[in-house]
Amino acid sequence: MEGELALLGKYIGAGLAAFGLGGAGIGVGNIAGNFLAGALRNPSAAASQTATLFVGIAFAEALGIFSFLIALLLMFAV
Amino acid sequence: MAAEGELPIHPMDQFIVKPLFGEGAVHWYTPTNATLWLALAVLAVAALMILGTRRRAIVPSRSQSVAELIYGFIHNMVEEVTGHEGVKYFPYVMTLFLFVLFANLLGLIPMSFSTTSQIATTVVLALLVFLGVTLLGLARKGVGFLSMFWVTSAPLALRPVLAVIEIISYFIRPVSHSVRLAGALMAGHAVLKVFAGFAAVTLISPLALGAMVGIYALEALVAVVQAYVFTILTCVYLKDAVGDAHH
Repeated sequence: MEGELALLGKYIGAGLAAFGLGGAGIGVGNIAGNFLAGALRNPSAAASQTATLFVGIAFAEALGIFSFLIALLLMFAV
Repeated sequence: MAAEGELPIHPMDQFIVKPLFGEGAVHWYTPTNATLWLALAVLAVAALMILGTRRRAIVPSRSQSVAELIYGFIHNMVEEVTGHEGVKYFPYVMTLFLFVLFANLLGLIPMSFSTTSQIATTVVLALLVFLGVTLLGLARKGVGFLSMFWVTSAPLALRPVLAVIEIISYFIRPVSHSVRLAGALMAGHAVLKVFAGFAAVTLISPLALGAMVGIYALEALVAVVQAYVFTILTCVYLKDAVGDAHH
């Protein structure tokens, strides 16, 4: 009984941790949308900023990855 | 207990590391499907770069122009992000990009094993970058390398707090660097398998097959973009070690 309860908590916790990825989705969408808005205003400057775009996306995504990591740890390590 | 509506396909089974010959335990020396596809990725890189540029024709053949295109692309990126000093480390960045790219793309072949969806594979790559950058920074700048944790543009009272945050974010780098690649690949391949499971249900199988074509195209894009992101982050980290110390 106690083991099943722990399993329940584990799966619920993993599911809750996956919510964090939604925040990463919002962040990445925000960056890409703002980049597009800026690029449409000044298309000549857009090409030189794609590296910055991807670095920004990567850093925003990193925080979502931590919650994904928590979900993975709960599923397979705890 | 096989329930009535249970799917016949298990989406995570594709990530199991199995010995190539026979059954049994996997030791560090056992040739597995992972080692096979890692070796194939190295072979594919060698085939493109060595065989493709062997003739060095003035009017390039198809494979030569692909090799030249990738070379120029990565060379530009290293020079743009890390500055002139970083070009010295271009061979390593180029090797990383090609290896990750080909490992990702070979994983897209049906029935193949996607090696970069294993965290073990990507952690080794990311740790090598992390250790390399740290040692390189300490060797090139000495104690001055540690000044990147002491943000001089911030007010004095805030600097210790920022230093703690900077140090944590520095040491968390290999984690996000590796889990990003493995997670993106693993999630994509699992989604493909889930839709393959839906295709077994007669009612929605045409829809599921169509969706699989779309997801496969998306996965091809993800394979290239993740290799690019992995490489550009390597360049960004490298900049801390070799770039100007003005931040």
